[in-house]
Amino acid sequence: MQFWIIQGLNSLSLGGLLFLLSSGFSLIFGLMRLANLTHGAFFMLGTYFGATALRSYSDLNIWLTALGAGIAVAAIGGLFERLVLTRLKTNPLGQVLVTLGMSFIISDACLLLWGGDSIPVPTPQNLQSPTRMLGFVFPTYRLVLVGCAIGAAGVLFFLLERTRLGAMIRAGVDDRQMARAVGIPVSNLFTIVFCLGAGIAGAGGVLGGPILSAYPGLDADMLPLALIVVILGGIGSLLGAFIGSFIIGFIYTFGTALFPELAYVILFLPMIFVIAFRPQGLFGRVSA
Amino acid sequence: MRWIATAPLAALLVLLPSFAGDFYINLASQILIAAIFALSLNLLVGYGGMTSLGHASYLGVAAYISALLTSRCGFGHGPAAIVSIGGTTAMAAFFGVIALRATGLGFLMITLALSQVLWGLAYRMSGVTNGDNGIAGLSRPMPFGISLDSAASFYWFALMVALFAYLMMAIFVSSSFGSSLKGVRDQPRRMAALGFNPWMIRWISFIYAGFWGGVSGLLYVYYNKYIHPTSLSVAGSAEALLGVIAGGSGTLGGPVVGAALVLLLKNYASAYIERWNMLLGLVFLFIVLVMPTGIVPGMSRLATALRRGSR
Repeated sequence: MQFWIIQGLNSLSLGGLLFLLSSGFSLIFGLMRLANLTHGAFFMLGTYFGATALRSYSDLNIWLTALGAGIAVAAIGGLFERLVLTRLKTNPLGQVLVTLGMSFIISDACLLLWGGDSIPVPTPQNLQSPTRMLGFVFPTYRLVLVGCAIGAAGVLFFLLERTRLGAMIRAGVDDRQMARAVGIPVSNLFTIVFCLGAGIAGAGGVLGGPILSAYPGLDADMLPLALIVVILGGIGSLLGAFIGSFIIGFIYTFGTALFPELAYVILFLPMIFVIAFRPQGLFGRVSA
Repeated sequence: MRWIATAPLAALLVLLPSFAGDFYINLASQILIAAIFALSLNLLVGYGGMTSLGHASYLGVAAYISALLTSRCGFGHGPAAIVSIGGTTAMAAFFGVIALRATGLGFLMITLALSQVLWGLAYRMSGVTNGDNGIAGLSRPMPFGISLDSAASFYWFALMVALFAYLMMAIFVSSSFGSSLKGVRDQPRRMAALGFNPWMIRWISFIYAGFWGGVSGLLYVYYNKYIHPTSLSVAGSAEALLGVIAGGSGTLGGPVVGAALVLLLKNYASAYIERWNMLLGLVFLFIVLVMPTGIVPGMSRLATALRRGSR
């Protein structure tokens, strides 16, 4: 029983991390029609920033670190969007290739700066002691992480559904040309959404650090999970990213625990089903 | 006129081992393998408008099947080659059914996800694939009793396969089927209205490209006598795609030139610096921003402009 409960919690916390990664990916794809293959690298960059900061200052608050790393990664993302991606507006294939090139550059730069060894990220001290509930023992940090992802989802939902900016983004997702015609500054929205997505991924990277630790190849491990979440949940849909993240979190965690060698194959079965019967994804607004 | 220009090139290719050293012969063999791989990817990217970021799957899976059958199951090279090409082609047929549910960026993401799944499998399923250690100690085949162990003999073998592959792909794209593929790339709705089945045309091309990807994978494992999960990595797919786009997608010469450039760059750069992936990324940025249509179309445009100017 303890096994199922703990693995269930692990699934939830991985799902939470995946949501932080894939919500930005999904929003960027929905609005900009851009498969941002740098997203895994943004996540990894966040983890390395967090690892460096938390290891050099032991009394640093992980939430502040996540915020700081998120802002730093958002700034890098914003520069990339302004300097490179806007030049390729009419060339969607070129945009994807450039994001791929950028992901190689970032991951190789991380290897150069931080070396090839995995760097563990310390769990915050006040969250290290386990929580006892109903006779079971839970790692507190993972519980907090799930809460954090749900909180982030709440904030994003509010931002998208209840604010003027969110309304403009939704208009851009549904019909970019019409949105531009009624005076919505779509190209500024692109930058905002790209920064937002990169920032959430970077902050998620810091929060995921104590569980995953920072290592070269983290980006290549996370990006396919984000792709599968978005293909599963539907492109441009926050709800799809949310549900998809937890589905994949469960499948991947239990797959790894029960059939370690086949975890990757099990991961791709739900994707096949969804693509076969509902190509636009479970909650997709636009088809790829 | 074209034949006069081609003859010295052909003579150069055939006679290369008689004047070049082993290092350059081996480099040329690698270029031939990369060229077959890039040509097969170009069928999808250039002629079909389907940008795949998972083409390394076919190279890697064909190489792994051949390596496993010959080293573990005691197969001879002949049957192993047939099974590995057949298996790879069947996998392409299956992957095609999944990936072709989408077009454009969705297609790209699905092919990327599928190839990452295979990459993860090669790493994690260490009981079968030997994981990160790879499978070493493989042998090269001996077609008709001729040993391919020397650099020159392997080069001639690779050259024959590459020429055959080039010819088969040239016939494919200039056939009426190739025209319908280009039609589906440019105007899928009109093609459907004319009674063609765009999905079927794409699917057949996808399988054909997977087949040639598998052939290049066999040559790859014969050449290296070793196979490692990195052969399935997204960097492998990306290098080939860079070659196709840098050389000029949708031309037959472009991918060959592009693949050669990427390989030469990789070889020479890695002699001086360790950071090949960073350089690859920078070259990507440069090519896409500065020469989006590629070198070969750019050159032929330049040549036409010069000819017009001289008149």
